[in-house]
Amino acid sequence: MNGKPKIGVYVCHCGTNIAGTVNVEEVVQFAQTLPDVVVARNYSYMCSDPGQALITDDIANMGLNRVVVASCSPRMHEPTFRKTLLSGGLNPYFLEMANIREQCSWVHDDPIAATEKAKRVVEAAVVKARRLEALDVKEVEVEPSCLIIGAGIAGIQAALDIADAGFKVYLVEKSPTVGGHMAQLDKTFPTLDCSACILTPKMVDVANHPNIELMTYSQVEEIGGYIGNFDIKVRKKSRFVDMDKCTGCGACAEECRMAGRIPNEFDEGIGMRGAIYLPFPQAVPAKYTIDKENCLFLSKGKCGESPKCKEACQAGAINFDLQDEVVEFKVGTIIVATGFDIFDARLKPEYGYGVYDNVLTALEFERMVNASGPTGGKVVMLERGKKKKKKEGEEAEAPRMPRSVTFIQCVGSRDKSVGNEYCSRVCCMYTAKLAHLVKDKVGHDCEVTIFYMDVRAFGKGFEEFYDRVRREGVKYIRGNPSEIYKKGDKLIVRAEDTLTATPLEHETDMVVLSVGLCPRSDNREIIDLLKLSQSSDLFYLEAHPKLRPVDTASDGIYLAGVCQGPKDIPDAVAQAKGAASAAMIPMASGKVKVEAQTSVVNEDTCRGCGFCVELCPFSAIELVEINRMGWPVKVARVNEALCKGCGACAAACLSGSIQQRSFKDLQLMPQIKALGVK
Amino acid sequence: MAENSDFEPNIVAFLCNWCSYAGADLAGTSRIQYPSNVRVIRVMCSGRVNPLFVMNALQEGADGVLISGCHPGDCHYMHGNYYARRRFNLMRNFLEYLGVEPQRVRMSWVSASEGAKWKEVIEEVVNGVKEVGPMDQFKRRQLNW
Repeated sequence: MNGKPKIGVYVCHCGTNIAGTVNVEEVVQFAQTLPDVVVARNYSYMCSDPGQALITDDIANMGLNRVVVASCSPRMHEPTFRKTLLSGGLNPYFLEMANIREQCSWVHDDPIAATEKAKRVVEAAVVKARRLEALDVKEVEVEPSCLIIGAGIAGIQAALDIADAGFKVYLVEKSPTVGGHMAQLDKTFPTLDCSACILTPKMVDVANHPNIELMTYSQVEEIGGYIGNFDIKVRKKSRFVDMDKCTGCGACAEECRMAGRIPNEFDEGIGMRGAIYLPFPQAVPAKYTIDKENCLFLSKGKCGESPKCKEACQAGAINFDLQDEVVEFKVGTIIVATGFDIFDARLKPEYGYGVYDNVLTALEFERMVNASGPTGGKVVMLERGKKKKKKEGEEAEAPRMPRSVTFIQCVGSRDKSVGNEYCSRVCCMYTAKLAHLVKDKVGHDCEVTIFYMDVRAFGKGFEEFYDRVRREGVKYIRGNPSEIYKKGDKLIVRAEDTLTATPLEHETDMVVLSVGLCPRSDNREIIDLLKLSQSSDLFYLEAHPKLRPVDTASDGIYLAGVCQGPKDIPDAVAQAKGAASAAMIPMASGKVKVEAQTSVVNEDTCRGCGFCVELCPFSAIELVEINRMGWPVKVARVNEALCKGCGACAAACLSGSIQQRSFKDLQLMPQIKALGVK
Repeated sequence: MAENSDFEPNIVAFLCNWCSYAGADLAGTSRIQYPSNVRVIRVMCSGRVNPLFVMNALQEGADGVLISGCHPGDCHYMHGNYYARRRFNLMRNFLEYLGVEPQRVRMSWVSASEGAKWKEVIEEVVNGVKEVGPMDQFKRRQLNW
C-alpha cells in the first residue's frame, strides 16, 4: 500500500477500566491533531463486534490505510485487531496498538497524569503507524506428530487423545515406567475409586497404541526448530536389559545380591528393591531395569563369581554392554506434562520428619495403604533406618498397627516461611480420603485427628465427602501445630485449637504430613530446552491465565497437568485433553503461519561484514555473493523460515542495512521522539 | 545541576515482549500503582535495542532511559538479553565519559511474573533520575521524521 498514510485512531473505554481514569474524550481530541490522522473515535468496547465494525466501516468509507487502537495490551488483543484489519481488506500489519490499560489506567490513579501519559502513548503509536509496512504472512507445513514429555496421567491422556485422532505421538518418560504419581495412589477422592483400576488400562493403552511411540527411561536432550518443525533428540538410557527379550518374569530380581537393600523410589523408600527391578508389578512396560549406580557389577565391576541376574535370566535379556541410544525425530507440536515433586518435609524440621520413624509424608502413607504397596495395604508402625536391609522389617515381624493417626494439613503449602504461598488444592481432600482409609483398614476404633487451617472442599462431591468423613468420627482441629516431639513410644503434637483458643498437646502413634505439590526440582532442564517462563510460584507459566491456560508463550508448545500448577486428577485430565486439542489444531490444519516480523537486508548498502551472521542465535543469516554494478560483493541474506524476529542483528548492523520488519530504526525512532518530548 | 522538587522526569523504556512487557502488563492486571513517568516502547527482544536509541532518547528530551529484558538464561531468543547487557555496559561507560550520570540509563531483568518487581524498578529509576535533575546536555537538531 503506497501513498499518504490515512490513519484512524480508536480509543477504547473498556467499560470503566480505561475511561474510569483516562479522559477518553480528551485523548480522542488530541489524536485528531496528530499528523495523518483522518479520524479518531472512542467506543465502550473496541474488541466487541460493533467496536470492530467501526474500524471496518471507516476503512471502507474513509479509505483508511493505517489503524491505531488504544486499548489493552497488544499481548491481549493484537491478534483480534489484526483480524479486524484483514476482514476490512487491509494488511494486518498496518495495525499499531497503544497500551493504555495495563500500562496506564490500571497503574496510575491520578486522572490527569494518566490522561497525559495516554496521549503520549497514542502519539507514539500514531507516528509509528505512519511508517508501518505491509508484511506477507507466510505459512509452513506442520509435521503431523507430537512430542509429549512426561507420562503421568496428564501425558498419558494427552497421548491417547492425539493418537486416537490419528496423529503420531512420541511419549517420553524419564522413569522406567509410565503412570507417574497417580500410579502410587491407592484410592482417589472423593469417589474412592481405585487408582490402579482406572489408570492401568490407560498405561497399557499407551504402550500398545499403534500411533504412540513410547520411550521410557528416556530424556529429551535437545529441541530445536519451531512450531510445525521441531527437531527432537532423545536419549534412551540403557537399562542393560534387552527390551525385546525381557519377559518380565522377575527371576533376575529375586536373585540380585542387592535385592531388598535399595529404597524403592516408587514406594517412597518404604519398600525395598534390588539393583535390577520393576518399580511395581503393574509397571508399563513390564521390563526390568538395572540401576547402574547400585548394581555391583556395573558400579564395582564385580558381582560374586558372575552376576546372578544374568544366570537367572532364561531369556538371555541381560546385557551389560548395552549403551544409551540417541534417537532423533521431527514433531510439529510439543506438550509438556512433567508433573511435580512433593514438598520436602525436611524443610519443616519442627515436625521431625526424617527424625521420628512414624512421622510420614502422605505419599509414604499412601504407599502403605495401597494393597499392592510394600506392606500389602496394612497400616503398620514403621521402624526405619536400622538394619532392615535383608528383611522388609515391618512386614515380616508381627506388625503393630497404630491406635491413633494424626494428620497435619498444609505442610509446605500456604506457608511463606518455605516460600510456597499457594494452596496445593489436593491436600484437604486426600487427607480426608486417607483418614477414611485409616478407619476402613485399621478399624473404626483407631482415633483419627486432622489439624487444619481451613478445609477447602470446593470440587464436585468434595463437600459431601468431607461431611461423610466427619460422620465417620474423624476429628478435625483447627490449628497449625508448632512442634512434634517424642515421649516414650508416643508422638506429641503441640498445637493451639484456634477455635477455642486453647493450647493442647495431642498424643498419637503416627503423624502423617499432608505435604503440598511443588514444581519439580529438575524443571530447569525443560526450561532451558524450551525457554518456558515460570510464574512466581515457579510452576510453568501459561500464555494467559484465563483464556490460554494450556498454551505457552511459544507457539506449538502446550502445558498439561501439575507442571502448570497444582491440580487434582480430573483437572489434570481436563487440562491434558485441552492441551491435546490445542496441539491438534495446527496438526489438523496442516499449516501454520510463521513470524512475519523477520529481518530483511538492504543488499545495496550491506557491506558484507558478517557481524549479523555471527550474532544470529538461529543461524538464519548467511553471506551470499551478489553482483553489484558489475562487481562481485558479499552481502547478508536472511532465511525467513529460520528467522524468529528478535532483531539482535538489526541492533548490531554498522550500516543499518539489516532491519527487523515492524521494528525498523525508522519506525522506532519516531516513537522515541514522541515519547521523549516533554 | 539545579534540583527542582517539582521535577517530574520523562523516562523512555524499551521492554522485551516476552518478559518485561508481560511483567509490566501483570503489574497492571494486579493494579499495582507506580509513577507515570515511564513510557514504554515494545520491542521483541532487549537485544533489538541499538545503543543509538538510547542516545536518541536522551537527545530528544528524555531524562532517563530504561532497558528491561528477560532474566539471564530465560531469553525467548536464546541470548538476546546477553547482547543487550554487553552493549549496555559499553554504552554506559561511554555515556559516563560524556558526562551523563549513570543513574539516567538503567538496565533491569523483569520476568513475566514479576509485576511487583516492575514497580520497584520504576520507582528506582524515577527516583534516580529525580536526584540528578533534568537532562540538558544533549540537544538534537530538528529532524522531520
